Amino acid sequence: MSAQKNRLGNGGRINRGKPLRFTFNGRDYQGYEGDTLASALLANNSGAVARSFKYHRPRGIYSAGVEEPNAVVQLETGARTRPNLQATEIELYDGLSATSVNCWPTVEFDIGAINSLAARLLPAGFYYKTFMWPKSFWMTYERVIRNAAGLGKAPTAPDPDTYHKCHAHTDVLVVGGGPAGLAAALAAGRTGARVILAEQEHDFGGRLLSERGDIDGIPAGDWVGLALAELNAMEEVTVLGRTTCFGYYDHNYLGMVERCHINAAKSMLEPKDGPSERLWRVRSHQVVLATGAIERPLVFADNDRPGVMLAGALRAYLNRYAVRPGRKAVIFTNNDDAYRSAIDLHDSGVEVTALIDLRVDPDGPLPDAARARNIQVMDGWVITRVLGNRRLRAIEIQRLTADGGAITGEARRIDCDVLGSSGGWNPVVHLHSQSGAKARFDDALQSFVPGPARQAERSAGAANGAFALDDCLGQGHAAGLEAAKLAGFKSKSKTKRPTAESIDEAPLKAMWIVPGEAKPGHGSKHFIDLHNDVTVADIELAAREGFHSVEHVKRYTTLGMGPDQGKTGNIPGMAVLAGALDTEIASVGTTTFRPPFTPVTYGALAGRDIGEFSDPARKTALHHWHEQASALFEDVGQWKRPWYYPKAGETMQDSLNRECLAVRHGVGILDATTLGKIDIQGPDAAEFLNRIYTNAWSKLAVGRCRYGLMLGEDGMVMDDGVTARLAENHFHMTTTTGNAARVLGWLEEWLQTEWPELKVYCNSVTEYWATMTVCGPRSRDLLAEFTDIDLSAEAFPFMSFKQADVGGVAARIFRISFTGELSYEINVPASHGLGLWTALMTAGEKYGITPYGTETMHILRAEKGYIIVGQETDGTMTPNDLGMDWIVSTKKDFIGRRSLSRTDCTRPGRKQLVGLLTDNPSEVLPEGAQLVFDVKPQPPMDMVGHVTSSYYSAALGRSIALAVVKGGADRMGETIHAPLIGKTVNCKITGPVFYDPDGSRIDGA
Amino acid sequence: MTSRYSIFSLMRNAIGYHQGWQRAWRSPEPKPSYDAIIIGGGGHGLATAYYLAKEHGITNVAVIEKGWIGGGNTGRNTTIIRSNYLWDESARLYDKSLRLYEGLSQEINFNVMLSQRGVLNLAHNLHDLREISRRVNAIRLNGFDSEMLTTEQVQAMVPILDCSKDARYPVLGASLQKRGGVARHDGVAWGYARAADGYGVDIIQNCEVTGIVREGGKVTGVETTRGLINAPKVGIVTAGHTSHVAAMAGLRLPIESYPLQAMVSEPIKPVLDCVVMSGAVHAYISQSDRGEMVMGAGIDHFTSYAQRSTLAVVEQQMAAVIKLIPILSRLRLMRQWAGIVDTCPDASPIVSKTPVDGLYVNGGWGTGGFKGTPGSGWVFAHTMARDEPHELNAPFTLDRFTTGALIDEHGAAAVAH
Amino acid sequence: MFLIPCPWCGERDEEEFSYGGEAHIERPKDPDALSDAEWADYLFMRKNPKGTHFERWNHAHGCRRWFNAKRDTVTHVIEAVYKMGEEKP
Repeated sequence: MSAQKNRLGNGGRINRGKPLRFTFNGRDYQGYEGDTLASALLANNSGAVARSFKYHRPRGIYSAGVEEPNAVVQLETGARTRPNLQATEIELYDGLSATSVNCWPTVEFDIGAINSLAARLLPAGFYYKTFMWPKSFWMTYERVIRNAAGLGKAPTAPDPDTYHKCHAHTDVLVVGGGPAGLAAALAAGRTGARVILAEQEHDFGGRLLSERGDIDGIPAGDWVGLALAELNAMEEVTVLGRTTCFGYYDHNYLGMVERCHINAAKSMLEPKDGPSERLWRVRSHQVVLATGAIERPLVFADNDRPGVMLAGALRAYLNRYAVRPGRKAVIFTNNDDAYRSAIDLHDSGVEVTALIDLRVDPDGPLPDAARARNIQVMDGWVITRVLGNRRLRAIEIQRLTADGGAITGEARRIDCDVLGSSGGWNPVVHLHSQSGAKARFDDALQSFVPGPARQAERSAGAANGAFALDDCLGQGHAAGLEAAKLAGFKSKSKTKRPTAESIDEAPLKAMWIVPGEAKPGHGSKHFIDLHNDVTVADIELAAREGFHSVEHVKRYTTLGMGPDQGKTGNIPGMAVLAGALDTEIASVGTTTFRPPFTPVTYGALAGRDIGEFSDPARKTALHHWHEQASALFEDVGQWKRPWYYPKAGETMQDSLNRECLAVRHGVGILDATTLGKIDIQGPDAAEFLNRIYTNAWSKLAVGRCRYGLMLGEDGMVMDDGVTARLAENHFHMTTTTGNAARVLGWLEEWLQTEWPELKVYCNSVTEYWATMTVCGPRSRDLLAEFTDIDLSAEAFPFMSFKQADVGGVAARIFRISFTGELSYEINVPASHGLGLWTALMTAGEKYGITPYGTETMHILRAEKGYIIVGQETDGTMTPNDLGMDWIVSTKKDFIGRRSLSRTDCTRPGRKQLVGLLTDNPSEVLPEGAQLVFDVKPQPPMDMVGHVTSSYYSAALGRSIALAVVKGGADRMGETIHAPLIGKTVNCKITGPVFYDPDGSRIDGA
Repeated sequence: MTSRYSIFSLMRNAIGYHQGWQRAWRSPEPKPSYDAIIIGGGGHGLATAYYLAKEHGITNVAVIEKGWIGGGNTGRNTTIIRSNYLWDESARLYDKSLRLYEGLSQEINFNVMLSQRGVLNLAHNLHDLREISRRVNAIRLNGFDSEMLTTEQVQAMVPILDCSKDARYPVLGASLQKRGGVARHDGVAWGYARAADGYGVDIIQNCEVTGIVREGGKVTGVETTRGLINAPKVGIVTAGHTSHVAAMAGLRLPIESYPLQAMVSEPIKPVLDCVVMSGAVHAYISQSDRGEMVMGAGIDHFTSYAQRSTLAVVEQQMAAVIKLIPILSRLRLMRQWAGIVDTCPDASPIVSKTPVDGLYVNGGWGTGGFKGTPGSGWVFAHTMARDEPHELNAPFTLDRFTTGALIDEHGAAAVAH
Repeated sequence: MFLIPCPWCGERDEEEFSYGGEAHIERPKDPDALSDAEWADYLFMRKNPKGTHFERWNHAHGCRRWFNAKRDTVTHVIEAVYKMGEEKP
C-alpha cells in the first residue's frame, strides 16, 4: 500500500483518525474518511486514471465536482456495480473497489490507444462519411464500433437495493447549500416559512469548502456550522445533504434525488435497511436557485494531459482534502480568481513555478498578494505546448503580441507536474433554463446568466453571476426574504444579513482559443469536450461543413452529449463556434438545457413501482378458492381470471373438454365478477340508455333484461352487455371486463358534458357484487336447494331478473346466458361471495358441478355465435358487419347512428362475421390466421379476413371458428383458405351459430 | 456540390487536416419563386425535396424551415425502424419506406447507419398473442418479413429480458421483424439535405412561414419572415405543427399535437442487440451505437407544443423498463427530451391533396414518423409532382375521415395513444 | 407536471386528471341533416391551436367531474377553469 505521498500533514475536512482502504485498478491504497475517490487517488499521486472516449488518451483527474469529464470509473462488480461514476463524486468507504472504464487491459497500457494513432481519420462525424461499403458490412463495422463505445458495464444481476419516493410541499425550496443558499435558507427559515434546503454534496458550504476566508468575522467553515445548527433546529426547515435537485418542471414542480446511504462505511457492500436513494417530488411555492458556478478552462494545445486541471480544483483539493495535487504547480489564467489557487498552494508549501496570466499588467489585491509571495507572474504570456503524455512534466510558454492576437518570440520551458487553468466561471443556469426561462449572455463574465424568470423562482449568488462572497451572501439573504414574503411569510424583525470582506477583482479577458505552435488540429489537439474528445478542430470542421446552429454542432461533434453534459466544455464550444461563424456568442445561443442536471438512477425514478407493485393485481372475492382449486389464471387487464381448472393428468384440451361438457350436460359454475357492473338511476335513466345503446329501452319492463350494444360516435362497436331494469328508474348495466372503467367514463362524459339536463346517476358496483354464473341443464335443480322462489321457466323466464335470498344471502339473480344453456347469474355482496360459492360447490357435487374458466366460457359462447368485443371486433366493425341489424333501432337517434350511413360503412365488401368449419374436423385453425379466397404459391396474397376465435368443440366433436370475411354474409358455403407456414387449411364459410341454432336448450328442459 | 464521402476522401482530407471539406448544403437566400415549396425541413420534408429532384426532375424547389433542419421530431425520436403494421395499406407504405432505407446510405452517399438488428414486439397476455399473431400473418401474406417467437426464443435473443413466469405480466411470446432496427436520425436529415442540395434544391433555414397565399382556391405562394415566396405547389410537412400551418390556408385537420417523450441512459458496453417493444408494459428500448439505452413511452395525455419533458412520464417509463429488464435499475438517466407528434384518430398518416389546389399536406404520422421518412418523401414527391397520390398513399387521403375508411393502426403503433 | 385548479377540489396535480380534448364541440341536434363532410367535421376535425386552447378535463382520480379550461398549449399556463355550461372566459 502506497503512503499518500501528496497528503498534507494537517488541514482539510478529512478525518485522519479514520483511515480507509480501497482498491483502484487492482492496486491497494489508503485514504481517509471525508475523501472522495478522486481526492484519495490524488493523495496517492495517481497520474492517469482513465482513457478518453474516442482517442484513448491518458487522462487524469480534472476537477473536484460534478463537472468531472475524465475520471469516470466502474464502482464495485456484480449486482452492486455502478458504471460511469465520477471519481470526484464517490465518497470513499472502507473496502471500496473501482476500475477505470474504457481501457484494456490497463489504464497504463491500453490497446485502444491505437485510435490515437488513427486520430486524423477520426474527426467529428467521420462515421457519416464512411463505413458505407460494402453495403452489407455496416452491421459488422457496427459491432466493432459498439464494443469500442460505451463506457462502463451494466450489472449482471438484478438490483439488490430499494428506492423510495416521497412528496413534499413547501413554501421555499433553496437549491444549493453554499453561501448564497445558506443565507437564503436562514432568511426564509427565520420568517417561519417551510423551507427545504437541498445540497448535492455531503458537506454544506459549496465553494466555501474550497476557499479560505471569513464570514461575519469567523472562519467560513465555522459560519457554515452555525448556520446548519440554526437551520436544523427550525421545525419547519428540512436540510437535505447529498440531495441533487435535477429537474425543474411545470408550475414549480421539481425533482430531487437523495443518496441515503452512500457514506456509511458498510453501505456499498452490505444489504441496507431502508432505501439507497430517495426521489423527492417537490411542489414549492417559491424557489431560490443558489446553484453556484462551474469553472471553465482555457483551451490550449494538448490541454488534456494528466496533471492539467481546473485552477479552482487545485485549491479545492488543497483546502478541502489536504491534498497537494502536485509538487510543482503552474497556474494559467485570464482572471484574478485563479490567483487564489497560486496563493493557497504557495502557503501550503507547494512550489508554484509560474503563474501565467494572458492579460497584461494585472493589478489588484490578488495579483499583489501573489507577487508578495514571490510567485513569478508571467503576464501577457500563454501556454503553447504541454509536455508529457502520461503525466504532465513541463509546459512551454510564449509571449503574446501587443494586440494579443498571436504569439511571438522564443518559447520558454517551465517544469511542472500539475497545471490549473481558468478561463472564468459559468453560472449554473441549468435549473433556471429548465424552468422555461432564458439565459442572457453577460459580456463582463463572458458567460450566460439567468434572464427573467418564467416561474416563481430567482437565482442568487454565483448562479446569478455574482461571484464575490459578500455579494453571494447579500443576494442569498435578499432572495430568501423575497421568497418567504411571496409565500406569505414576512420577516418579523429586520434580520441582518451575513457579510464578508469584498475583494476587488479586475475583469477577465476572453481568449477562447489559445494559440499554439500550429493551428488547432494540425498536430496538437485543443480539447473542448474532454469526455467525448471533441476538439476545436472538430467544431471548426462542423462550421466549415455548414453546421451552424449550436444544436447541429452538438449533434455532429457530440459536444456536451456525455454524462458530464458538457459542464466544462459547452461555453468554450459555443465561443469557438461563434468565432468560426464570425458572430457573437450571444447569437449562437445555447443548446436547450434538459433534465436531469446530473444523471439519476433508474431505480430511484421507478421507486417501489416494480415487481409485484408495478401494477395492481385485481382479484375477485373468490380468488382464493380458485387458487386452492389449482386454477391457471389469465391476465385480463389488471384482473386475474381463472383460465381453466386442470385436474391431475389432464392436458389443457382434456380440461376444456371436461369443463365444456359438464356445462352442456350437467352444471358448471363461473366467476363472472370481473365484468363491469354499473348502477344507473334517475327519472331519465331509460332515455339515457336509449341514447347510449343502439336499441330501445323505454319499454323494457321492470324485472326484465336486455342485451345492449354500444357504439362509438364513429359507429364502431365499442362494448356490449346485458342491462336489467330493476325498477322504473333503476337499471343495472353490465359491460365487458376490459371496458368497465372506460364505459363508466363514457357515460359520465355524455351526462356531464352534453346532456346535463338528464337526471341520471351512475355508480360502479363491479367490486360490490360477487357474481357467479350457475349454468347447465341441472342448474335449476341446484339453485332450488338454495332459494324458495319459483324457478320454473314460466315464473322466471329467460332475460328476466329477480331479487331473492340465495343461501340466506340477499341476492340479485339474472336469468341471462352466454352459453345457450339454462343459466343463472347470481350476484351477492362480495363479502358473501366465497361462502355462497363454496356452499354451491358442496351441494353441487351430486350434480357433478364443475368450475369453469374463461377459456371454456369462450368456447361455449362461440358455439352459439356470440361475439366478444375486442376479439370479434377491433374498433372497425359496425353492428351490420356483425350481423346485428336486429339490434339497431331505426326509430331513434343514438350515439354512432349517423356514422353508419357514411359511404365506407355502407359499401359492399366490408368484413362480416361468419363461422368457419375446417374441411378436416380435427384441425383447429390458429386465431389470427389470415384468410384468402385465392391461394398463391408465395406471398403476396389478397387477404379477405382473419380468424377471430377458434376452438375444438367437445359438444360438436370437431373444431369451430369465427372469422370476419369481406362480403362473408353472401358467401355461405364457399371454400376459403388459411395459408399458414408450411401448410394451408381449407374451410367452409358458415353462419356463426354452430350449436342449438333454435335456442331450445335455454330453459333447460 | 459537395465532395464525395468515402474512406478514401476521408484519408485524403486527413492529410490536409480536414480543411478541404465543403459545406454539406448551401445556405442560399430565398429566390422570389420556385416550382415547388416544401414547408418543413425535417426528415420528411427533405426526403420529399430529394425525391422530387431525383425521381421527377423537379429541382427548382425550396425547403423552408423555421429553425434548423432536423430540429423537430427527426432529431428527437428513438430511431426505431420497422414496417410491421397490420393493414395492407400501412404495411405496404411502411415497407416501401424500409426498402428505401435499405439502400439509402449508398444512394445518397451519407452513412445513415441503418442497423437491421431486429424488432421484437412482446406479447404479455392472451389478447396480445392473438393480436400479434394476426399482425404477423398479415405481414407475412403481404410478402414482408415477420415471425412469431416463443418465450424461449425471445429469451435467447434478449438475455437481459425478464422472461420469468412470475413477472407481473410475463412474456408469452413475441413477433420479430428481422429487417427492422434503428438508424441515425440526424444522419437521415443531413443526408437527405446534402443530397437534395446536390440537385440544386434550396434549403432555407431560419425562415418561418407565416401565411399561405391563395387566389381563387389555388395556392400561389407563402409569406415568410424573410419575405414573400411564390410557388404553384406547396407541401406542408411540419410534424407537430401541421394544424398550425394548415390553418394558414383555412384547412381544418383531424390532427392533435401531443408530446412524445424519450430518454437515454449513460453509455455502457453492449447489452442489447435488438429493439424491444412492449405495448402492455408501455415501453420500447434499444441501445445506440454510443452505448446509450434509448427508450420511449406513449404520448402524454394532453395536447402541447411545449416540447418539455416531465418527471411523471420518466418515472413511469423507468418502472416499465425495469420490469422488462431488471438489470437497468442501477443505470442512470442521462438526458430526457420531448417532441410533438401529430396524432390522427386512426393512428395513420395523412399524405394527401387538399381542397386547395396546389396545396398538399403530409402529416399525422404520430409515432410512425422516423420509420416512414423515405417512404413518406417518396410518395409525397409523387403526389406533388403528379398532382395525384401514388397507389401507396392513396388510402391515406384526408377524405377518409368523411367516408369513414379509416386505417386503424393503434395496435401496431404498439404504444399508448 | 402542472397544477390544474379543479373548480370543486382546488389545485391538484395534473396526474389526477384525464384529458377530454377540445371543448365546446356540441353534438349536432339533427345529425341526419348533416352531410358526411359536416359529420366528419364534428367527429374528427379539431382546431389544435398553438397557444390558447379551450379544452375539457375530468378529475378522474378525485371528484370525477368534468369541467372546461382555458390553457396555453405552449406555456401550460391555465388562465381559467369554468364549469360545464358556463360562459367561455
